[in-house]
Amino acid sequence: MARSTSRPLSPHLTIWKWGPAMAVSIMHRVTGNGLATAGALGLIWWLMAAATGPEAYATFVACATSPIGYLVMIGLSWFFFQHLFSGLRHFVLDMGAGYELKNNKMWSIATFILSLLTTGFVWLYIFGKAL
Amino acid sequence: MGTGTGIGRVRGLGSAKHGAHHWLAQRYTAVGNLLLVLWLVFSLISLPGLDYESVVSWIHNPLVAVPLMLMVVSIFMHLRLGMQVMLEDYVHDKGLAFFSMLVLNFYAFGGAAAGVFAIAKIAFIGIVKP
Repeated sequence: MARSTSRPLSPHLTIWKWGPAMAVSIMHRVTGNGLATAGALGLIWWLMAAATGPEAYATFVACATSPIGYLVMIGLSWFFFQHLFSGLRHFVLDMGAGYELKNNKMWSIATFILSLLTTGFVWLYIFGKAL
Repeated sequence: MGTGTGIGRVRGLGSAKHGAHHWLAQRYTAVGNLLLVLWLVFSLISLPGLDYESVVSWIHNPLVAVPLMLMVVSIFMHLRLGMQVMLEDYVHDKGLAFFSMLVLNFYAFGGAAAGVFAIAKIAFIGIVKP
């Protein structure tokens, strides 16, 4: 479609100033789709391995406890908590609350802090118990 | 169809009274996931071990197998709704959009069925001797 060059284009990603609300929204979609693919497949693999027998389960455990396996599991757990906290933020926004600029910014940043802290505590607990 | 008035043409068509269904189902399953996945996380970190026998004998308990099945169903319903929105936003070609929705439905229903089957097998059979 022909565009009048005398008129400006609407602002797009390249000229938006990054803000916490924008980041948390994008991360909600990224974490959701990450969990929906890698997370859900991992869950089904775990259940199927347990249902199949000791050998299949041993293969799953060997993969899950490899360095890459730990990286994936730690990443997925962070994705889960990030999606959980930004999901809770969505429930608040759905009720029509939390749109004041200052509060919105504060809770956006809070989802990142809370997800990182929870992920950290969970893995500290797991590795602490293993020692 | 209708009497030719605007309301007559619209009545019974489109998303009338069902427009919020997708949005609401996304929230219902989100609450389900919130409760059930947190329960799974807390259960897994408090199990004595995550070896084959500990995990299978834990799932063998009906009070674990049933919520675990509900969790799998809630997860796959939620991801089907969520990924649908993502595909609607990014897949612009009509044919490819239709195909991706088909694949998404196969994935969601197939994944849920596989998960429920695995849990049912463990619940009924329990530990398999090698």
